[in-house]
Amino acid sequence: MAEPLFSVRGLKVALPDMTRKPLIGRAPLAEILKGLDFDLPKGSVTGIVGESGSGKSTLGRALVRLLEPSAGAISFEGRDISHLSEAELRPLRRNLQMIFQDPMSSLNPRHTIFNIIAAPLRQNGLGDRLKERVAEALQRVGLPQTFASRYRHELSGGQRQRVGIARALALSPKFVLADEIVSGLDVSTQAQILTLLEKLAAEMGLTVAFISHDLSVIRRLCQRVIVMREGRIVEASATDALFDNPQETYTRDLLAAIPLPEIDADWLQQKAPA
Amino acid sequence: MSACLDIRGLSAVLPNGQRVLRSVSLTVQPGEVRALVGESGAGKTMIGKAVLGVLPKSVRIVEGEMLIEGEDLGRLDAKARRTLIGARTALIPQDPLTALNPSRRIGAQMTDRLVRILGWSGERADTRIRQLLDEVQIRDPERVLKSYPHELSGGMRQRVLIAAAFAAEPRLIVADEPTTALDVTVQKQILRLIAQLQRDHGTAILFVTHDLGVVAKISQKVSVLYAGKVVEEAETTQLFDAPQHPYTRALIAATPRYTDPYASLKPVDEAVLAGLSAEIAAADQDWRPGHG
Amino acid sequence: MDDARISRGGLSPRLWLAGGWLLIALLAAIFAPLVAPQDPLAQDLMLERLPPFWLDGAEPGYWLGTDSLGRDLLSRLIFGGRIAFIVAFAAATSACLLGSALGLIAGYFGGWADRIISRVVDVWMAFPPVLFAILLVAVLGTGLSSVILAIAIIDWTRFCRVIRAEAMSQARMDYVESARIAGYGRIGIMLREVLPNVLPSVVALLSLEMGIAVIVEAILSFVNLSISTDDPTWGSIIAEGRLSIHQAWWVLVFPLITLILTVLSFSQFGEALKARFDPVLR
Repeated sequence: MAEPLFSVRGLKVALPDMTRKPLIGRAPLAEILKGLDFDLPKGSVTGIVGESGSGKSTLGRALVRLLEPSAGAISFEGRDISHLSEAELRPLRRNLQMIFQDPMSSLNPRHTIFNIIAAPLRQNGLGDRLKERVAEALQRVGLPQTFASRYRHELSGGQRQRVGIARALALSPKFVLADEIVSGLDVSTQAQILTLLEKLAAEMGLTVAFISHDLSVIRRLCQRVIVMREGRIVEASATDALFDNPQETYTRDLLAAIPLPEIDADWLQQKAPA
Repeated sequence: MSACLDIRGLSAVLPNGQRVLRSVSLTVQPGEVRALVGESGAGKTMIGKAVLGVLPKSVRIVEGEMLIEGEDLGRLDAKARRTLIGARTALIPQDPLTALNPSRRIGAQMTDRLVRILGWSGERADTRIRQLLDEVQIRDPERVLKSYPHELSGGMRQRVLIAAAFAAEPRLIVADEPTTALDVTVQKQILRLIAQLQRDHGTAILFVTHDLGVVAKISQKVSVLYAGKVVEEAETTQLFDAPQHPYTRALIAATPRYTDPYASLKPVDEAVLAGLSAEIAAADQDWRPGHG
Repeated sequence: MDDARISRGGLSPRLWLAGGWLLIALLAAIFAPLVAPQDPLAQDLMLERLPPFWLDGAEPGYWLGTDSLGRDLLSRLIFGGRIAFIVAFAAATSACLLGSALGLIAGYFGGWADRIISRVVDVWMAFPPVLFAILLVAVLGTGLSSVILAIAIIDWTRFCRVIRAEAMSQARMDYVESARIAGYGRIGIMLREVLPNVLPSVVALLSLEMGIAVIVEAILSFVNLSISTDDPTWGSIIAEGRLSIHQAWWVLVFPLITLILTVLSFSQFGEALKARFDPVLR
């Protein structure tokens, strides 16, 4: 494989810890990411898995530079973007897109679906042929053209998430961050959204970071997996290797804790890790 | 012996006449765990609320009976019904944080129910709570009892609520998605605890969940719900070995399994859902409250 | 789900009643010279203290009676409405523009901007508003523009506080982050994503503030600190009516009713507008 799309070295992110904020003055910083090294190969789908507090969402937000790292480097196509200003990032935004966890809160209730999908196009110099491009984006995610004039409250949960995907892919970006994009959906809808993303990622040759707490979903979708815990990488490897032969106890614990939809009388007897 | 919970032909409507429960029948025998599984909007939480007598005002029950240990709730006046429900049932809620008052200590909130509703002495309630905290494997009860809810982790709070639910020795517990908000490793600990306490105390549980994985692990019987209608009910082993209804089969196939990535996560066939909608529409056509 | 509560369709009776009264009062004020049955300033001592039309001794053409100088009360109320509405629109709009802009900036940008604006609001709100208004007019001098300026200077904080809180909760929404991902700058996001979502509250507050402006103007006229005493204003009519309450109660009662109806209508109109816009899109 050629050079990776993302190359991350010694990444640290510290955020203000509001629970320890004194009455007067600034909240002290808490280190959320404690030095991460990894690459995201071009065209790969990488799963980032961890429990709450593992820092997986913070990592995602640092990759698309919604957050600024406190130390370390994030190279995107060989260029360090870790400390670029908002203005310097703007030309790069076109290639750094994101699909959000909650399609309700990520769609502005006051804008039509057309305007929501058109926004990134307008802002990135693709404002010509807007109607055509939005129509294409809707079609790509399997939504009828009539949806363009609707508002988010007129859509079901799965349809909203399709709009979120259409918006992120309208620019044909090189990289897409998918942050827990199915955790709020019913299983039947979840399966539809995942197969859609799987298909589009392959067709468009996207590099995807797929953040999830659900290892079952990751196994289906991702070629590589990064397991995180408390701001550190526990284990990172190719998907099949990780599932067939997990190296770390924590990874094995995570796998063993998943209740599979099949009868297993012993499952409840096995002690869960503390 | 009569069933611990017996729901017969329960139908409920919204003010606009839309049916939200469609002649639901289900039983929970003493000491068994019955899972109630369905997707959002299937009405599973609504059934739990109906059992506990806390349906929202907008939902009106138009037909059917609910019996707790053979006593028909419909024949009791409001006060007697509350007393019966209070003494024989308890709830393990989905979100342990909103279920607890943020400005009162855990200890006070746990003993409250025993003292106020069951009329226990403070001392007796306190002893009982400590005993239960031990059963849910809380090793430092002193600290926990003195804590405020936000000072505990999500798993810890859920343990506290499980202890509180079992403390009054209810015959039936409604567990409403009790592990949905938890991490997967914590979920396993909590499921183990619920199963263990359920066995030790011989309590029947109506376990509401959307997760077929949880259903497979915790329940002996299961009812699959769609649009307020029970589409299939079976022994849990049977349901997974030989699901009868196409919707159940589709649901199982849609649930992700890391052991079998390509046989799982199958999108539900539109034809299955269309068939279900037609089935429901046809039933609604003939339905008149009281004659259905 | 909340979204199920789609538009209830049609206008609520609240909106009809409040809007209806405001429309009638506004049209009467605009076309006062055509509508008013008499000259509001014409004194005629032969006609002093005429009762309203349904009482004995009433004169045709003087529907609500006359005051102690024989001036027609209805005409004076209609002309007084001109001042009331000018002050309501001008003062409330100025307060709204200033307060909403600062509230939006404080709530969306946070940080230093928020700290400075919020402190100023706190200090501002420590003054009792009516005293503050009297003080300001005393400094600025009486006259229509001073009254408008005084009300705007005092009441922008009302907009600022509410809009700041709403902008803060909007700033946490994912669609704000999504706009950053789309390449929008901070100002663009504020105008495109945040502003449309706080507008219903701005509209409701604006309407409420118009009612408040009418009251404040009336209070200032009542204490003779509004515009020149020749032109009738609701406050000055009330002040005069108070003096002749025992001989001619109507001179006090009718302007009071007019004032209360107008103020109530403004606040109800705003609330109804907000209720109408909110459930559809939230």
